[in-house]
Amino acid sequence: MMKVLTFGIAKDIVGGPEMDIPYSEGMSVLALKKAVLEKYPQFEKLNSLAIAVNNEYADDNLQITPQDEVVLIPPVSGG
Amino acid sequence: MENCIDIQISDKPLSEQTCLEFVAHPGAGGIVNFIGTVRNQTQGKAVIKLEFEAYISMAISEMRKIAELASQKWPIQKMAIHHRVGTLAVGEIAVIISVACPHRKAAFEACSFAIDTLKETVPIWKKEFFENGAVWIAAHP
Repeated sequence: MMKVLTFGIAKDIVGGPEMDIPYSEGMSVLALKKAVLEKYPQFEKLNSLAIAVNNEYADDNLQITPQDEVVLIPPVSGG
Repeated sequence: MENCIDIQISDKPLSEQTCLEFVAHPGAGGIVNFIGTVRNQTQGKAVIKLEFEAYISMAISEMRKIAELASQKWPIQKMAIHHRVGTLAVGEIAVIISVACPHRKAAFEACSFAIDTLKETVPIWKKEFFENGAVWIAAHP
């Protein structure tokens, strides 16, 4: 399992500050997104859903390692 | 440029004075200070309070990127970006962006660029509370 952190509306959808997603070696950001959407279809309704890996916005094809800090980034609204 | 940029996220009230003191520079000909405040209504619905939540480590890093990018585009001498988190009442300051440049035009442009980019890229989320509920801003179409 891989821990994925949540903030904002993502925290409300998941029901807490983190969620577990089944991890497989070499898993891509796109595969992780699909797993998240499968578990919580409500994310489909958001304007966007980005993934941050180690404090950077991650491309869909980036491979995630078990040590990475992975965070769901729903539409931001600072300022 | 490292010492010329001040990035902060705080759960305490933000200080305009602190930002202006930081950006003071003898070569500056113009200092532009943007203050974003909590508005009392959204589309006619009365707002009671706001909550800002941040993914702090990444938010700091993204805010620094904005200041560095702005410094490549304009001749910035000093720049401060402070963002508040936690619960805010109507009228309180949510964000301050202060920019010092040799001339005013660059300072205005850099400040405008910084707040526009912040709203697009920095992982901070705003929840508005109304009398009959609350909503995460920008989440849904």
